[in-house]
Amino acid sequence: MNLLFTMKTAFMALLRNRLRSGLTMLGIIIGISSVIVMISVGQGAKASIENQIKSMGTNMLMVMSGSMKSMGQRQAAGSSQTMTPEDVEAILKECPAVLNATPNVSSSGSLVYGNANWTSSLLGVSPDYFIIRDWQTSSGTVFTESDVNGANKVCVLGTEVVANLFPNEDPIGKMIRIKGIPFKVVGVMVSKGQAAMGPNQDDTVIIPYTTLMKRILNQTNISGIMVSAVSQDQISDAKEQITELLRARHRIKKGGEDDFFIGSQTDMTNKATSIANVMTLLLGSVASISLIVGGIGIMNIMLVSVRERTREIGIRMALGARSRDILLQFMVEAFVLSLIGGLVGIILGVSGAMLISKIAKWSTYISFISIVLSIGFSSAIGIFFGFYPARMAAQLNPIEALRFE
Amino acid sequence: MAPIIHVENLTKIYRMGDVEVHALRKVSADVEPGEFVAIMGASGSGKSTFMNILGCLDTPTSGQYHLDGKDVSTLSRDELAAIRNRKMGFIFQQFNLLTRTTALENVELPMMYNNTSNREREEKALEALRIVGLADRAHHYSNQLSGGQQQRVAIARALVNNPSIILADEPTGNLDSRTSVEVMEILQRLNQDKGITIVMVTHEKDIAQFTQRNVFFRDGKILFDREVEDRLDAQQVLATIPETLEEELLENGKETK
Repeated sequence: MNLLFTMKTAFMALLRNRLRSGLTMLGIIIGISSVIVMISVGQGAKASIENQIKSMGTNMLMVMSGSMKSMGQRQAAGSSQTMTPEDVEAILKECPAVLNATPNVSSSGSLVYGNANWTSSLLGVSPDYFIIRDWQTSSGTVFTESDVNGANKVCVLGTEVVANLFPNEDPIGKMIRIKGIPFKVVGVMVSKGQAAMGPNQDDTVIIPYTTLMKRILNQTNISGIMVSAVSQDQISDAKEQITELLRARHRIKKGGEDDFFIGSQTDMTNKATSIANVMTLLLGSVASISLIVGGIGIMNIMLVSVRERTREIGIRMALGARSRDILLQFMVEAFVLSLIGGLVGIILGVSGAMLISKIAKWSTYISFISIVLSIGFSSAIGIFFGFYPARMAAQLNPIEALRFE
Repeated sequence: MAPIIHVENLTKIYRMGDVEVHALRKVSADVEPGEFVAIMGASGSGKSTFMNILGCLDTPTSGQYHLDGKDVSTLSRDELAAIRNRKMGFIFQQFNLLTRTTALENVELPMMYNNTSNREREEKALEALRIVGLADRAHHYSNQLSGGQQQRVAIARALVNNPSIILADEPTGNLDSRTSVEVMEILQRLNQDKGITIVMVTHEKDIAQFTQRNVFFRDGKILFDREVEDRLDAQQVLATIPETLEEELLENGKETK
């Protein structure tokens, strides 16, 4: 019996029981669409986490001052005061895998402009910072190397600070007071939003690190170094080179503990994506349960159908249908049920995912793979759960089947 | 000529729990090509079992069955299915058409299982419907047809693959007397014009009179096997039966006047 005709027979049989076929498909439709929605929500979460981490800068490494031992007691991380701006210069000079580096000094302070005041974080860096983080100004410019050398009182503002201090004014060229000291505003940064697991990046004032160290904090050490590697695959090289250099510069003996530690962006990305993957897997497997329930629904209906059509099977056998013709007929029926259910489920799932991203503002990501997988999965369910009823039909005795009332 | 059906010592034993039921006890018989045979007997006499084996729907416990010179008593399920498809046509008491399927599709059904091309299938099916006089009903659903018409569709289905044998299991059992004769007329015509061998089970003595030979079963054995003496011609009989009940009543009215 040719396949085209078998398909036609299957369609006819399914059309004869429209309501029943529809309800059976509903199980598969719900299963497939929920799998697609769940996976796209999970994948969307993963993609947005990755994006946020990427927004912190590319190929980035953070060198942070480590803990200091005082009288055998280890102090908190960052308590060591051994890192200096000279370390940064040395890294730039002697580590070939490093492209850019900036000292990192942070503090916080009150800001005043006219009647308005605001408290925000202060970040002292060199102009390399803007390159490493790939962060541009929306108006004005960033400060320059000569501002750093002269410890000039210039500042660049995040959008949140602008919103609080200059609700109706252009801040460029205005003077604000930071901890009582007047600073000239030279630029406003593009909004970056909330950092992944961190503070609002727009609520910050960025000034030359020399200015922050000499004029505000009056200290000579820096709290960290932000470094960008030449390329993605040189991140670990950069890490090694920096470690070696800093150990030498800080005169740490062989076997001694580092007084700094280096965190890379890839570490963070890996952690975050593995969490997102676990979430996707969890959501997907919960949804798959409904898919399996749908499959059992197909088996159930096919069993009923075989019983109901026993006489038809007998007639077909008497007219020359071989066992495999009957097997094929019922398999195709189950297959068509699950395939159509799967296709409708995909359409519903994709539009459901789009609806979620529109209404709930969750980012969703529909991958081609998840669609191909769900088509494959629903067809496999049809074949798997259709096989038993179909084999039952194929093994019927034609004489008994013909006599069946 | 060699017999088209040759059975020798055909035995069929069913097991019902611990009890053995001997449905057929060493039955031997021949059917010549072009014969029209009626099989008769009470229920439980073994005639249904005999028909099932002749129809390759069942296999004997022992004994031999040669169909067209070929031993078919030991063939597999699928081989038997192929023989049923190519050499046999079946007619049942219950018509056994597929419901919610058109007459044409019903007649096409046997050709679905032997790779006939779409066009040839339709042509042959229409031709078969023409032979039974139902070409104009080809696109009617089987359940919209009367009993007699359904049985004629079933006959068309039985002859569409040009079988050498048609096996009919009480084909008139569910029909009134006039349509019964109509069905017998078609069977006689197929038997005479196309030379198709017909083996038919029937309960009714007058229906058996339309055949050439009556075989009577009892207790799994052939009780007697004889030629029909004054064989009826269905066409002549039809001419004497009024077409409708009203006419029949009118006829009777005239006589009483």
